[in-house]
Amino acid sequence: MNPQALMDGLVAGSMIGLGAVGVTLTYSILRFANFAHGEFIAWGAYFALVIAGALGMLAGGLSAPIGPFSFGWALIVATILAVALNGGLALLVDALLFGRLRSQKSTVIIMVMASFGAALTLRSLLEFIFTSQPLYFSKALQIAMPLGLGIRATPDQLLSLGVAAVLVVAVHLLLSRTAIGRSMRAVSENPQLAGVAGVEVRKVIRIVWLLGAALACIAGVSAGLLVQIRPQMGLDLLLPLFAAAILGGIGSVPGAMLAGLIVGLSEAFAVQLIGAEWRAAVAFVILVLVLLLRPQGIFGRAE
Amino acid sequence: MSVELVSYGAFFLTMALTYAIICLGLNVQWGQTGLFNVGIAGFVAVGAYVSALLTTPDDPNRFGGFGLPIFVGWIGGALATGLVSFLIGALTIRLRADYLAIATFGVAVVVQLAALNLEPITGGPFGIGFIPRPFADYAGDPLVFSLANLGILVAIVLVLYVVLERLARSPWGRVLRAIREDEQAALALGKSAVKFRLQAFAIGGGIMGLAGAVQAHFIGFIAPDNYVPMLTFQVWAMLIVGGSGNNKGAILGAVLVWGIWAMSAGAVSELFSPGQQARAAALQIVMIGVALCAILLLRPRGILGEERVVSRHLGGARLPTDGKTSDAKSS
Repeated sequence: MNPQALMDGLVAGSMIGLGAVGVTLTYSILRFANFAHGEFIAWGAYFALVIAGALGMLAGGLSAPIGPFSFGWALIVATILAVALNGGLALLVDALLFGRLRSQKSTVIIMVMASFGAALTLRSLLEFIFTSQPLYFSKALQIAMPLGLGIRATPDQLLSLGVAAVLVVAVHLLLSRTAIGRSMRAVSENPQLAGVAGVEVRKVIRIVWLLGAALACIAGVSAGLLVQIRPQMGLDLLLPLFAAAILGGIGSVPGAMLAGLIVGLSEAFAVQLIGAEWRAAVAFVILVLVLLLRPQGIFGRAE
Repeated sequence: MSVELVSYGAFFLTMALTYAIICLGLNVQWGQTGLFNVGIAGFVAVGAYVSALLTTPDDPNRFGGFGLPIFVGWIGGALATGLVSFLIGALTIRLRADYLAIATFGVAVVVQLAALNLEPITGGPFGIGFIPRPFADYAGDPLVFSLANLGILVAIVLVLYVVLERLARSPWGRVLRAIREDEQAALALGKSAVKFRLQAFAIGGGIMGLAGAVQAHFIGFIAPDNYVPMLTFQVWAMLIVGGSGNNKGAILGAVLVWGIWAMSAGAVSELFSPGQQARAAALQIVMIGVALCAILLLRPRGILGEERVVSRHLGGARLPTDGKTSDAKSS
């Protein structure tokens, strides 16, 4: 077997993990499977692309590559702005759709269906604006550096792995060590009781959307940097995201990240063993196995 | 009225009625039982491919082509899809409600992938052609041909409608609604929620498979591109618009939404230059997506809303539907 699959799997898995953390948070705190989460990944990537392009036009120097990486300061600034815009988008969708359904006391399944409609709308809107033509942050080709043991990686790949690791640790600390994290866990346990105990449930919901959208945006920028940007990129990631969130155990941030890596690695090894055309089925096989053997996931509690 | 107009009308209605069958299947799963299926396209595709394999003439380039009669293909497609639905249901129905949704989404992805990649069986990206069409002997006369096809679709929809209405009013149908409304109470009465849900999911899936098979024979050609998430979405829009839980609503919604869809597609191809068609089609989907969300927010009951049904043994003592005049006063 080609050891390179290990590197490819880790990189793809870190992006799945970032998305899955968002899915697992919405699932455990807002209590529904959000089929629109993949679209936040795609929108995040397009936000960053447009801003980076505009910055590059305003000041060409900003697009010059930094050190060994393929992108310039323009993309870093653009990513920070895109995180904010993506958070705004998530809050807007919540205000227009999910928030209203919540106040109508809609059932979980109506929320899931609404998220399905929102996903289609958001995706087709991207296709309308940018067409389905793939786009790239940079046309420059990067040379992969040998890391030993027959594994190679580009500087961009190593950077996105590092960023994902830092973000997951940060989110985990936020949830386990801060006051807002404690409120989030309280709402996840029991929203009514948390409300009675003085937890501001609305604020918690806002934080969940902002956090999920921010992580999705970073995942989208990574995917855009390492692969390409297409309106369908969120849809293609959706099944791996759900597989990872369930495998990790709903509500568990480290679980989602670990499971994301497992899904990414399984996909990479399946590509080596069976062929790239079956890649998309791997997440489904994992999902079926988890539901058969351990429906509560690795770190989940049995109900 | 010219012959072309009648043929076109018949063609349009036939197509709409194939969607009405899918809608009736979804209504058993969602409307009566509250099971959320996000992979309708995958289930429809299973029925279409199984029926196509059974009925097409032998093809040396791929597996099968068994040349069986059309109705054998339809039954085969329905049974195969019912089986797939049963297996997915058995896997997820005892877990959380939305695990079923996620699993059905996975089914759609995998079925699409299998249709694309299992070339020796499915014909790969080019699909299967030369699927025998009912009344092919009359193909020379477009009017007779289209009316005969419409007739067969009307018959299928009517039979399904009558059977499903009877089922909904039977003890079985009442248990389903009891479980949907209050699972604890139904359990306390000794009804196994898992068993009933599983049966409803498999029956609904079988009906979707039948719809896929009928549609494949009506068009005469299938390819993986026909079974994209868009199909799932259209069917949901149809049921929600018509009124979930109501078989008449399912049929009405299918014809209505298919009509809006066909008209807006016509408008798109008229108004936009060929280079912009793909874009305009995306905009069309955006509008339907917004419309679905708006209906969920503003009128979740759909046009007809759910019909409150009680046992037929209670005769005229039908309960009034909310906000509508009842026929209870006639009793």
